Amino acid sequence: MREVYLDVENSGFVLPEVLEAMKPYYYVRGYGNPAIPHKPGQEALEVFDMVSEKVLEALNSDDGNIIFTADDTESNNLAIIGYSLANRRKGKRIIVSSIEHQSVLFPAEWLSKEFGFEVVKILVDSEGFVKIDELEKSITKDTILVSIGLGNYEIGTIQDLKAISEVVKDRNPETVIHSDATSAFTWVPIDPDKLGIDMITISSHKILGPKGVSALFARKGVRLGRILHGAVSTQPLRPGVENIPALAGFGKAIEIALSNWNERIRKVKGLRDTLMERILGEIDYTLLNGPRGDKRLPNNLNISFLYVEGEALTIELSLRGIYVATGSACTMRELEPSHVLIAIGRKHEEAHGSILFSLHSRLSREDIEYVIKQLKEAVNRLREISAWKPGKEVIKPGEIYRGGKHGK
Amino acid sequence: MASRMPLRYSKKVIELFRNPVNMGPMEDADVVVVEGSPACGDMIAFYLKVRDNRIEKITFESYGCAANIAAASMLTMMTQGKTLEEAWRITWKELDEALGGLPKIKYHCSALAVGALKKAIRKYIEEHGIDAPWLPRKKVYEEEAVEEYYKEKEQLYQEILGSEKKTKESKKEE
Repeated sequence: MREVYLDVENSGFVLPEVLEAMKPYYYVRGYGNPAIPHKPGQEALEVFDMVSEKVLEALNSDDGNIIFTADDTESNNLAIIGYSLANRRKGKRIIVSSIEHQSVLFPAEWLSKEFGFEVVKILVDSEGFVKIDELEKSITKDTILVSIGLGNYEIGTIQDLKAISEVVKDRNPETVIHSDATSAFTWVPIDPDKLGIDMITISSHKILGPKGVSALFARKGVRLGRILHGAVSTQPLRPGVENIPALAGFGKAIEIALSNWNERIRKVKGLRDTLMERILGEIDYTLLNGPRGDKRLPNNLNISFLYVEGEALTIELSLRGIYVATGSACTMRELEPSHVLIAIGRKHEEAHGSILFSLHSRLSREDIEYVIKQLKEAVNRLREISAWKPGKEVIKPGEIYRGGKHGK
Repeated sequence: MASRMPLRYSKKVIELFRNPVNMGPMEDADVVVVEGSPACGDMIAFYLKVRDNRIEKITFESYGCAANIAAASMLTMMTQGKTLEEAWRITWKELDEALGGLPKIKYHCSALAVGALKKAIRKYIEEHGIDAPWLPRKKVYEEEAVEEYYKEKEQLYQEILGSEKKTKESKKEE
């Protein structure tokens, strides 16, 4: 059976070249602690320096600080908590968008609960774009931090960060702007100077690099506090031993992504567009979540399949070798559907049937053809089973139908 | 705010999800019950053909996760050919066991299925004036659970749509 992986947004496989780049650092060289001046330590330090340079190159910056962490969640926590606590004397207002990832929203909420910060969530329009006029109104003298993701991890909306930063800095030049660019990294150019932003989160495991390594870029002069405490070695802001083999892999994954930029994006965008147009054109009762065109991440597609529940569809597709994710409540700890889909105005029953397809460079036309064919069959099968059928009004909780007339 | 969670489904659940038994509507059902709603993300319909107080035939439809589909299908297998009383006595826990144990967060799927079936049986007995001394006058756990579940979901829905609904209501009052 063909296997098609369409979930790099939640993590992914590692390219063979990346794995090869990592291997020696487990047992041949550079396996020491980079803070110790022996040869295996110094070789590790070389990797650390080299990958720092690569990240700066990828972000088109030459004077930022790079802090390597264990995951994008940690980088976002360091940005939100590390900045806010170190600068709390300047003010206590933090602004985020309502469609941020949990690793941005939860630390902000934690700061509000534990330290009395005021967290303002800016609403988005039906395509997921931050309402800039609302953002403008909410910037006060007290606002120390704004965190708005560059490309949304679920519906692919690419925010106009340049316009956002202009509005923010115009109202309060002291306000620092962080952007979780984890999903956008290697899919749209990121340049902190051009965008006017101060901190950026990027990660390895979404760009076909290994798990366990992420980076936070912080402009020089942005004062951060530690969120982890222990023996400081290579990185003053982040105690602990760096994951050097994973760093080497991250560096390789960045190198590959930079070297095939145009051709990779053209190819993936083409495959994504085919998948999108054919699903919307050939499968009934489908809704596109998020924008069309250049304002959408080229590898992101999110579609709601009505009359089908997303977890069931995810499992059904998996049994057919197709691996996707859903924003349905049924895969969630609190049994609530995705807050991103609710924020753009989707009804619960629309969010429950949502499927996130996140594409990558190693897909072929044949893979996409296979997905379309299998998807049609899978949706049809589950719609046959479904108690919620097209043309039938949404049944209110507690309503009971009697007799044999149901469903006609 | 939603966070994901890992789901460990038994082989039985995946097998029934793949090949559901007794699936589809029934044209000449004596009683039909629909519980849950698309907004909840879970919705089960049961169609029962009853003869001499015995469930002669039972089919289901399910909009919901794999556990929901498997639970509904398994319950039809457990009740087909049973008397109304025997079917009534099946608890959500027994259904859960038959499914090889659902993940804790999916317990409501078996409660929803059993609650829906109990509602169908109660309705049938009331409508046909059948003497059923075994039928508790008060609602049992699963019937309550189904209703509690709605309330929770409704509340959540209200909270999210809160501002919009409030303005509509205030307009009405004016």
